[in-house]
Amino acid sequence: MAVTRFCTRSYRQDLRVFPSPAAKILLVLGGLFLLCLPFMAGRYVVFVLCVCGVSVIGALGLNILTGYTGLISLGHAAFMGIGAYTAAVGAAKAGLPFLAALPLAGIVAAAAGAVVGVPTLRLKGLYLVVTTLAFQFIVEHVIYHWESLTQSDRGISLPPAEIFGLKLDTYESFYYVIVILAVATALFTKNLAMSRTGRALVAVRDRDIAAEIIGIHLAKYKILAFVVSSFIAGVAGALYAYLLGLIGPDHFTFNQSVLYIAMIIVGGMGTVLGSIIGALFMVLLPEVINAVSGPLASAYPILAPRIGGISVTVYGLVIILFLLLEPNGLFGIWIRIKRYWKPWPFTY
Amino acid sequence: MGFQIFFQLTITGLAWGSVYACIALGFVLIFKSTDIFNFAQPELMMLGAYMAFTLITMLRLPFVLGFFLALILMALIAAVVEMMVIRPMVGEPVLAVIMVTLGLANVLRGMTGLIWGYEELQLPTPFPSDPIMLFGAAINQAEIYTILATAVLLVIFFLFFKYSQAGISMRAAAEDTKTAFLMGINVKRVFTGSWVIASLVATIAGVFLASFTFLEPIMGHTGLKALPAIILGGLDSIHGAVIGGLIIGVAENLAGFYLEDYLGSGINEITAYVIVLIVMMIRPYGLFGTKEIERV
Repeated sequence: MAVTRFCTRSYRQDLRVFPSPAAKILLVLGGLFLLCLPFMAGRYVVFVLCVCGVSVIGALGLNILTGYTGLISLGHAAFMGIGAYTAAVGAAKAGLPFLAALPLAGIVAAAAGAVVGVPTLRLKGLYLVVTTLAFQFIVEHVIYHWESLTQSDRGISLPPAEIFGLKLDTYESFYYVIVILAVATALFTKNLAMSRTGRALVAVRDRDIAAEIIGIHLAKYKILAFVVSSFIAGVAGALYAYLLGLIGPDHFTFNQSVLYIAMIIVGGMGTVLGSIIGALFMVLLPEVINAVSGPLASAYPILAPRIGGISVTVYGLVIILFLLLEPNGLFGIWIRIKRYWKPWPFTY
Repeated sequence: MGFQIFFQLTITGLAWGSVYACIALGFVLIFKSTDIFNFAQPELMMLGAYMAFTLITMLRLPFVLGFFLALILMALIAAVVEMMVIRPMVGEPVLAVIMVTLGLANVLRGMTGLIWGYEELQLPTPFPSDPIMLFGAAINQAEIYTILATAVLLVIFFLFFKYSQAGISMRAAAEDTKTAFLMGINVKRVFTGSWVIASLVATIAGVFLASFTFLEPIMGHTGLKALPAIILGGLDSIHGAVIGGLIIGVAENLAGFYLEDYLGSGINEITAYVIVLIVMMIRPYGLFGTKEIERV
């Protein structure tokens, strides 16, 4: 399912993070655009953008595990939940500052990832899927029932984040934290993918026994993938907790895990750009659906309590249609468009 | 007194376990013949129960007639779904296949919410509601009928796979699709057939489950517990699925009662998943699954 990059002429060219000067310029312009956005958009739009940023980080984390290493996890939301609750409990009960809570959330989630990673050394395919599913449900259960720590469905409220005395209590200010971390995660993932480690992970995905024979330590790399992926998930979860200011058990359910897999599939598996586009697409989709279904519900009040069914159905349809018609995801479409224009105006 | 409670819990557990076993059976059936792991199976169960509900309460059909009509409708739906969505995915990577069925599950769940709403509905049951006394324990009659019906169903299945032409061709297609093609077996029909049968079993499971609980669009989450059952039994083993389902049904009921004081309420909801984690540590291919040997 992975999309290969354009043909390159030398190893050096292949190893470059950004394939062309044009890409660099575009990235700089895009970065400037991202920095200016909060000044142009309203409060709600900035909030949605923040959610997009958190989802991009989460999707990039899952992409390392599922996209590059080929280990399918239906428990990504559980790792995010562990991170979120670590940060929330740390900040609300122990008074941990933001800059300490964030890495701590990542570390705790990574530790959980290492624990889940161990049985995966023997499991494959569907057995692994169900094991991560079991982990997801167990974490959900613990969050819901460990009342003394998590306050069950009343949730935990967090104080606003603070960096060096600077209070980030508006969406606009927190937006910058999220954007910086999202860009950092994207760069990290891109560099990881091009390093020896990243290539080893891809080898594990493509044929694990063959990878072992050519000298890749399977156990090490599988657990590494779990640890890195869940560290990123934990950080994303913590950011989400700070963004919302109040987290409860229903933010990290099985459906969320499915949503994250949908993101990397819709975007394009095993590509950084794909994870980013996929996350944006899947976060913005419900906004579009709400814009349509909101007026529909007010026009037909009988539909109002059932309108939630529409977004669930559309989610499902989007996943099915992408897999049937465009298995390489939005990234695949992007590559096709680029290929089409490359020799333009000549056909060959 | 202690024994009576234990007995009662075991019977309830067996009834739930029978429902899990039916769903698990559908999973294994589809997996065996098409190598597709159908995450939408619990949703098929839910849809079947809703169909029966509509036919029985809204069209006021007698229970048995409504039930049979629901079976026929579900068979049609399953056949259409298989041809449109699933067939193009045969032979695709595991993740793509899983996600298609998860997407399908979302569509079915969303449609159910849209059509029937999110309130809990009560399926009228044909079973007498007064409990019968067995060894001094009060047992819900619907549970006994569920266990009996599942047992009958399993015998039919066993005979079907062992002796009927269709059953044998299904096993052949599962064993080796290409060779089955060469032997003149209509593999496409086998694929559709396995979905149809899986949807029938799912509908039966759904109606029984609804007769001792109620209908709601998140019923599928209960059905998901059939997954640990299959993994426990081993993905490709039909009797494993049944035994796995029963073990999980009984274990979660017993755990819900005896361990509640130590581990908090609601422990029964995750017992299945804890069991499957432990089994996976010890036997990564389930209790009765075939151990795969890989060559490069």
